Amino acid sequence: MMHGMAFRKAKNHLMTLMMLAATAAVLIPLGLIFFHIMKMGLSSLSLDFFTQIPKPTGEAGGGMANGMAGSMIMIGMASLIGLPIGIFGAIYLAEYGGGKLSTGIRFAADVLSGTPSIITGMVAYTLLVVPMKGFSALAGSVALAMIMIPIVLRTTEEQLKMVPGSLREASLALGVPMWRTSLKVTLRSALSGVLTGVLLAIARVAGETAPLLFTALGNQFWSKKVTEPMAAIPLQIFSFAIAPYEDWHQLAWAGALVLVSVMFCLSLTARYFGRSRHHG
Amino acid sequence: MQQESLSSISAPKPETIVETATEKNEIATVKKLNGDLIFRYLTTFFALSILAILALMLIEMTGESMPSIKAFGWDFVTSSEWDAVQEVFGALPYLYGSVVSSVLALLLATPLSIGAALFITEIAPKRWGAIIAPLVELLAAIPSVIYGLWGVLIMAPWLQSTVQPFLIEHFGFLPFFQGAPYGVSMLAAVFILMIMVVPIITSITREVLLAVPQSQKEAAIALGATRWETIKIAILPYGKSGILGAAILGLGRAIGETMAVTMVIGNAPNMSLSLLSPAYTMPSVIANEFAETTSTLHASALMEIGLILMVVTLIINALARLLIWSVSESAGGAL
Repeated sequence: MMHGMAFRKAKNHLMTLMMLAATAAVLIPLGLIFFHIMKMGLSSLSLDFFTQIPKPTGEAGGGMANGMAGSMIMIGMASLIGLPIGIFGAIYLAEYGGGKLSTGIRFAADVLSGTPSIITGMVAYTLLVVPMKGFSALAGSVALAMIMIPIVLRTTEEQLKMVPGSLREASLALGVPMWRTSLKVTLRSALSGVLTGVLLAIARVAGETAPLLFTALGNQFWSKKVTEPMAAIPLQIFSFAIAPYEDWHQLAWAGALVLVSVMFCLSLTARYFGRSRHHG
Repeated sequence: MQQESLSSISAPKPETIVETATEKNEIATVKKLNGDLIFRYLTTFFALSILAILALMLIEMTGESMPSIKAFGWDFVTSSEWDAVQEVFGALPYLYGSVVSSVLALLLATPLSIGAALFITEIAPKRWGAIIAPLVELLAAIPSVIYGLWGVLIMAPWLQSTVQPFLIEHFGFLPFFQGAPYGVSMLAAVFILMIMVVPIITSITREVLLAVPQSQKEAAIALGATRWETIKIAILPYGKSGILGAAILGLGRAIGETMAVTMVIGNAPNMSLSLLSPAYTMPSVIANEFAETTSTLHASALMEIGLILMVVTLIINALARLLIWSVSESAGGAL
């Protein structure tokens, strides 16, 4: 197939234009989402948001203070469960791995991270909510931990593998036992990278809604115990957005702005740690 | 210890020196072995717990689905009767809704993503690419509930007032655009899913394209190819399976997507050809009904939907990873 130069050039320009149009089509809806979160969120955000719990519709004011506290508590508990499993599991893969078992574990982690998050919610429901006879923040935290584990595992393993073998050998040659070498030399050298993975995992679960639907359930009021249903920002955004009340929609936008801001801060911090590693 | 060695120097008895030395060594090895063994067992235990979690998930989901599997058999996926009062459950409308919404979203998202990834890597100046690429990655991290919030409060009203009346007026003779403009609809779900999977497919495709060796491009350019011809004959064929993998990964994401779809699809178990009518998906019905099930069989039926969802995403993700790995490994990079 031979074509004239003019035709080929015209086709080149046309396709370049199409690629530019595709990029615009990708960026425009996303730009609109940002614009609306900023516009609606800023106009609805007030001090009440951070200090009040939601008020019944019709009453002015109200906030998501209980949701913010609930999100923090559940993310904290999920980290306590998920981070040790993820990090120690990664040490196994990086230091002792290589066999069929490690391949199986990596595969399991990939499968877990691809599983829809609502499934983790269902599993946490059968494992904790049913035996404990009630929705609880604890069940929500376990569901979130199950989402964190594969993310932390794979990022930590990548980081540990980047630590040069000579560092380990130097430590072992000095007579430092393997376990101290792993913790004090390998893990410590990879610390900033590991921290990046941890922050990204936290940012990820901070926005998760589906796994909390039948575990933490949500709560209009303050929760006193972790064995009670607990509010969370994403759950509140969901229930307020689908309610037919204008003032609840306002609150949902304010919640979205706060959630997105927190996630971006986490993500920027993670990037900062990720970057400082490559430079130093 | 110091005393010991001093005394052995002052009184040179060869046998005792050898004895103490081996004794010390033994103590040391035993100590080291213990610490290392414990550490090794500990890390192995944590690593194994990941396998245990996956096994537990599969066992729990299968076990809880058994009552429904026994009661309905294959009817579960072929019947569209879902009646919690009569305790008859058929999941066909949810399967239909999931497949249609994800496949249509993917058909729209894939060409856009490939175009954008090509623009970022091959056309745009390096500086633009350095701005757009991290932006796209940040967007992939926005929580689903926020896409849903935007979808239900901004996009759905806009579809209802502008897009859907236009489609009805000009394309209403087609079966795809019939009925009243509700706003919340299959069309809204397709659009929101497309917006959500585009950043994922774009960023993976971009990494696949970056793995294409420079020599491939240079060979095409040396033959006198234009920029588009270079992309067509050198870059796209090389990254083909990786791009396919990215699209399949996007499909997995779309099928499992819960919150955003639940908020905009209208949640009505229709199997209408019309994109304007409300529909329902597998994750949406779980999200809406699981916390308030009326009977064990109802809960079990929802569990079975979850099990189907889990197995489908498992297969899709395994396929996608194999495809992406095949490219990144042959290029010597890691994605």
